[in-house]
Amino acid sequence: MSWEAVIGLEIHVQLATRSKIFSGASTAYGASPNAQACNIDLGLPGVLPVLNEQAVEMAVRFGLAIGAQINLHSIFDRKNYFYADLPKGYQISQFETPIVGEGSITITPETGSPRTVGITRAHLEEDAGKSIHDLYSGQTAIDLNRTGTPLLEVVSEPDMRTAQEASAYFRQIHTLARYIGICDGNLAEGSMRCDANVSVRPSGLAEFGERTEIKNINSFRFVEQAIEHEIARQIDVLESGGKIHRETRLYDPDKDETRSMRSKELSNDYRYFPDPDLMPLNISEEFVAQVRGTLPELPHARCQRYCDDLGLPAGDAETISSDIDRATYFDQTIEAGASPKQAANWLMGELSAYLNRHATDIADSPVTPTQMAQLIQRIEDGTLSSKTAKTLFDALWEAGADNSAGTQVDALIDSLNLAQVSDDGALTQIIDDLITANPKQFEELRGGKDKMLGFFVGQVMKATQGKANPQQVNEIIRSKL
Amino acid sequence: MNDVFSLREMSRALADGQVSSLELTQDHLARVKEVDSRLNSFITLTEETAIAHATAADTLRGQGDKRPTLGLPMAHKDIFCTEGTLTTAGSKMLSNFVAPYDATVVTKMADAGMVSVGKTNMDEFAMGSSNENSYFGPVTNPWDTDRVPGGSSGGSAAAVAAGLVAGATGTDTGGSIRQPAALCGITGLKPTYGRVSRFGMIAFASSLDQAGPMTRNAEDAALMLSVMAGFDPKDSTSANRDDAWLADVLHHGIAELERPAVIGLPDQYYENSGNQESLAEARQELEKLGHTFKSVSLPHTDAAIPVYYVLASAEASTNLSRYDGVRYGHRCENPTSLQDLYERSREEGFGDEVKRRILTGTYTLSVGYFDAYYLKAQKIRRLIAQDFDKAFADVDLLLTPTSPTPAFHKGQLTDDPVAMYQQDLYTVPTSLAGLPAMSIPCGFSQGLPMGMQLIAPAFREDLALGLAAQFQRHTDWHLKRPGEIN
Repeated sequence: MSWEAVIGLEIHVQLATRSKIFSGASTAYGASPNAQACNIDLGLPGVLPVLNEQAVEMAVRFGLAIGAQINLHSIFDRKNYFYADLPKGYQISQFETPIVGEGSITITPETGSPRTVGITRAHLEEDAGKSIHDLYSGQTAIDLNRTGTPLLEVVSEPDMRTAQEASAYFRQIHTLARYIGICDGNLAEGSMRCDANVSVRPSGLAEFGERTEIKNINSFRFVEQAIEHEIARQIDVLESGGKIHRETRLYDPDKDETRSMRSKELSNDYRYFPDPDLMPLNISEEFVAQVRGTLPELPHARCQRYCDDLGLPAGDAETISSDIDRATYFDQTIEAGASPKQAANWLMGELSAYLNRHATDIADSPVTPTQMAQLIQRIEDGTLSSKTAKTLFDALWEAGADNSAGTQVDALIDSLNLAQVSDDGALTQIIDDLITANPKQFEELRGGKDKMLGFFVGQVMKATQGKANPQQVNEIIRSKL
Repeated sequence: MNDVFSLREMSRALADGQVSSLELTQDHLARVKEVDSRLNSFITLTEETAIAHATAADTLRGQGDKRPTLGLPMAHKDIFCTEGTLTTAGSKMLSNFVAPYDATVVTKMADAGMVSVGKTNMDEFAMGSSNENSYFGPVTNPWDTDRVPGGSSGGSAAAVAAGLVAGATGTDTGGSIRQPAALCGITGLKPTYGRVSRFGMIAFASSLDQAGPMTRNAEDAALMLSVMAGFDPKDSTSANRDDAWLADVLHHGIAELERPAVIGLPDQYYENSGNQESLAEARQELEKLGHTFKSVSLPHTDAAIPVYYVLASAEASTNLSRYDGVRYGHRCENPTSLQDLYERSREEGFGDEVKRRILTGTYTLSVGYFDAYYLKAQKIRRLIAQDFDKAFADVDLLLTPTSPTPAFHKGQLTDDPVAMYQQDLYTVPTSLAGLPAMSIPCGFSQGLPMGMQLIAPAFREDLALGLAAQFQRHTDWHLKRPGEIN
């Protein structure tokens, strides 16, 4: 029998607000344990939550970016359960009335064609603290710095059928969240985590099989591995006559396996009810319109524009548009006068290689978009050859931040003596001398042996230390035939 | 030693230089020490800080500070967090909890120059109508030492009635200011929900809790309210309003009513009240003052007690989840697991009534019961609020008894929680509707004080205060003092 997997993801997007969702404590990562837990985060007697408006704005941004309905009226509920890193004994979340309703997003899996994944809802909630079980023997350490960090929980429809699609969806949400500036996207610091709901069914069957939930996956690679593994496990169980039990499983990336955490049948009754400490959240149409006005061009639209208006190949357009910083760099390079195709080549070639080698973010690139544009212009006007352009790029990179003024590109070309020799007279003289010195080779060229053209061009380059304009050299030689 | 003056009297004496805040404060402290072993109305005396604040107030006065509240001694119910001071909410759970911050109410009173002499006793987590649920022992009613002072703000009520302080803060969720005020013969005001910040006030039922003043008369209640009230960005449910009368009251006292009031008498509140006689007398007095009466109906009154106990318990059950023995408060000895830590810390830290309400609330919020209890109660709550809206279309204020009986004997109702809950019969509906209501003394029954309740439309405390002040200018019930309790 052949099987089909059905996958839905719940992605927790940590919102990049300065302070927490219900308190004024800082959300900065990496502080010493419990240094960023204020009275409110600690759940002291008498404290009250006050909603962070920036978190609301970010949720609305996300909703608009996925074309979702924005609920002008939403409600914060208490989700009640006891745990040592949950100071109040309840988490403030949105249960029945989330701020973001139904939307969708287009994904492009590495294999397969683009497809649309439905998003059921996205709601605001506070994060819990961290329990660290392996720091002290026999004891658990509690760090409440993360307590109250704003999360947007994005719940997808069970629209994905392969682990690759799930991973592509996770990536796409990551791209989008970074695009619209609501998340720093740092997976290693837990800025985005996901839970995967996975079930399998015989291919062609409409109804879903029993599902399991894999908790707390924090990388693109793990999401794929974990789901892959879970699909295989479920198929094994079913094919050997077993049954899938509704349960929560944990993925262990070291062993590449999922294992049962707790059975859903024994799960908590969270006793959701509206938090009486917070008024229902009412936002206005004007507010939504105002947020809409600040949205950047989104990845999909940008990719489309790169293809349609700038004539980039689909692959290039996809690669450049998938990262907000890369796309911004590209756009700025174009604006500064570079041709799109050259800009794309340099961005994905030399610049990308240097950034990787130096582990530098494109936003911090020592070579600025303006410099990049000038470099490209100097190639196009014949000042630089592709070889000298690379030398110049390296020099620009080394000069780093000192080299921000645009004129310095030309100054650098001069000081490094990188300009091509484009002077007709000088080149003609060199070529005439070469023809005189190599009559046999010239006769062969004249007789139609095109290979000899390369010989002459090479000799000219040698004589000019690579600075001759190859196109011009070609033209002069041909004029002698 | 004689009992203390009213807040206004002390304010005038301070202004005239007849007495210093330090002298007043020392007198207060001395009186508490002398009398309170028999009343048990205080959990903590904050002698050192009181002396320091009084001295600071005197210094300010010497520099020309003429604020009417400067240097006035008072007390806080032990439900308000006070930085550096034990804040117990009457519970074993918090019997070791020293708050690291001040409640907004505490800050406001301190900023106004008022001097807190200590923290008053209360039913555990404000759950109770007799003050017998305190981990720190029951409070005695100064009028009869065998009787309860009411609850949950019984410590504040007894302390004011016995003249230990002229004013104390209280909190009222279903009647916890008004019922003890009635049972102790003092004036107590529960403001409109949202009028006073709840920040730093230990929560019982968040949608109902409201802090207010407990004093000897309406003028003092208005004085305290003007200090306590105001929008607080730290409390999302606090009302952002600018009522000029609140500022005026501080300097000029309560304004005369603009015209005689039309006072509604809700039929449902007079059916079984044991308070008919004193209320009838009060009505005659009010009629003499030109006010008129009109019968009104609040048809959903019967449902108020069950609705209240469903909603208040539901909110309480989750508000009290934070007391888990992990970060502060009572922790059991040698827990063997996290579950054991939770179970024993909470088993040991909470009293019976608190456990009863946590269990009730947990049940009504559970899957399968939520709709039948919590949601239904919310719907009826709305109907109860609508009853009041309709009534206030015809009348300015409502006059009702505050409690069904005068102070009852200690132990009389402890075995019958439902009978105890009936104490809130007349106070709970206004809490559910979020309306302001006050209790003022209106007579005696069996030698015990009786209270009448004035209910006003939302944010119209001025109407209730205006009528109460006028009534108190023409009667002396509020001036009666309990016999010597030494």
